[in-house]
Amino acid sequence: MRAMVYRGPYRVRAEEKDSPRIEHPNDAIVRVTLAAICGSDLHLYHGAIPDTRPGTTFGHEFIGVVDQVGPSVEKLRVGDRVMVPFNIFCGSCFYCARGLQSNCHNVNANATAVGGIYGYSHTAGGYDGGQAEYVRVPFADVGPAVIPDWMHDEDAVVLTDAAATGYFGAQLADVVEGDVVVVLGAGPVGLLAAQSAWLMGAGRVIVVDQLPERLEKARTMAHAETVDFTEHDDVVVHLKRITGFLGADSVIDAVGAEADGNFLQHVAGAKLKLQGGSPIALNWAIDAVRKGGTISVMGAYGPVPNAVKFGDAMNKGLTLRMNQTPVKRQWPRMFEHVRNGHLTPREVVTHRFPLEHVAEGYHVFSSKLDGCIKPLVVPGAS
Amino acid sequence: MTAPEGDRLDHLDPEDPAYTYTAAKPPLPETPEQLRARIPGWGVDLDPADRPAFPRERFDPDLNGAHWEFPERQPERLPRERSIEHAFLTPVFGTATPLKGVSGAVRRYAYRYGEARTAHWLLLIAADRVDSVEETVRSFASRHPDDPVTETGVLAEATHGGLRSRFGRGRADVHHQVLDPVVVAAPWVVGGVVGYRALRALVRRVR
Repeated sequence: MRAMVYRGPYRVRAEEKDSPRIEHPNDAIVRVTLAAICGSDLHLYHGAIPDTRPGTTFGHEFIGVVDQVGPSVEKLRVGDRVMVPFNIFCGSCFYCARGLQSNCHNVNANATAVGGIYGYSHTAGGYDGGQAEYVRVPFADVGPAVIPDWMHDEDAVVLTDAAATGYFGAQLADVVEGDVVVVLGAGPVGLLAAQSAWLMGAGRVIVVDQLPERLEKARTMAHAETVDFTEHDDVVVHLKRITGFLGADSVIDAVGAEADGNFLQHVAGAKLKLQGGSPIALNWAIDAVRKGGTISVMGAYGPVPNAVKFGDAMNKGLTLRMNQTPVKRQWPRMFEHVRNGHLTPREVVTHRFPLEHVAEGYHVFSSKLDGCIKPLVVPGAS
Repeated sequence: MTAPEGDRLDHLDPEDPAYTYTAAKPPLPETPEQLRARIPGWGVDLDPADRPAFPRERFDPDLNGAHWEFPERQPERLPRERSIEHAFLTPVFGTATPLKGVSGAVRRYAYRYGEARTAHWLLLIAADRVDSVEETVRSFASRHPDDPVTETGVLAEATHGGLRSRFGRGRADVHHQVLDPVVVAAPWVVGGVVGYRALRALVRRVR
């Protein structure tokens, strides 16, 4: 089959690779019809996540058609159109039984610090991902869902991670009616988090970024106020000023390890890998939230230590909430919101690359060229 | 303007800079009615009970539809490395890119350390770089040698507005993007120099 393959930092290509096979009785093999590149794929692409092996296929956001099922699969049939949560989970362990499917204990042999994720290094279990013609889907009876007839394919693929993560991030911000919510980052997760904060009754939603096209999208798609951090010598002071010098009730970090805004922090974290990513957004969140407020961390960071301002967090009495999103738990309610037009995931999609041009897709997304916010990868397209 | 605290603080002036140094919360620019009219779905998840992530943990062994208490075990066709913080190899595991070569030996060594040890992660990152070199060397003996031009996707600079996307827009990330080619090219340059010197030493020895 044809598949995206990682070759080393900043290098990927489409190449011929053995098709996946049924490894476990509850596996399915899915023929991928649409995949996406996630902002967190860029951490892999830049060589920041330990145990990212050349030869691995990335891609944890994908939809497709069931091509084969293992002998114990009861709920899926060959030919079903499915959307697959980015989490690989068993459905039966201590964590899965409590709704924390993203923390499943039975699928990641390589680490207990993270659950299983498709195409996200051996640190997340060593599974190949969905930026390929075919992908192995473990625990086919608990993970995938048949795509509802009314749902647009691009909504479905964005719901497998980015949209669910934005919605989850807004929930972890513990929004109550009238809260001022600041969202750091106007990428797909930040945009969906901003939309979601309104559903929970936010009184103001303020989105911070630096790219004009993303700030414009925050205004039009998420109906938010926007702040371009490059226009302010100290964006934290600006956020204090526009929130009556108290700070926001909650701040959502929708940026993670590739954050910009402080040259030294970025180079030390994102380029030299001296820490597990650059924690600029997280530190801005700690300083911009009001005392007693809540920070929701949706940005991904690496497993080595970060220079985080923990003293400020303690002294301000903050609540820090975070997790990889248990995607499937979000879906029933999110499907209602999408159907009612309250959440509009596919609005974030800006680019579509054939699988054969996946290297260009990564470069355009990584370098933020051409107004790229969310690129999709289309197997079989020319 | 609305004051969420209600009538008790009505005598205070929201325009006074001292307003938020009282018990009052900063006033909001729009009322809930205005927000409901302007924002699709405003407040539909006001009740935490409607939010799927609430409460954080909710014990329900039937939640996911698993028809097993403990999953069948996936056959271990090749020896599989695992974290020493697991009691045993998890019942299901990924089979992508098994350990091999020098990078495989470094990774095998790294997995002797627990996840709390920085050595574990730094050894794994070092192994990734060794693996990248090994793979590139291997590729030169294959029909598909590595090609940094096509694999970096850098040709998209011409087709996707490399210059107009970067300059004249005040982008903070442009300042460090000049380092990206260094990160990409450095291993190739170092590899080339080492290879050239090794070859030269070999030729001299043979002569």
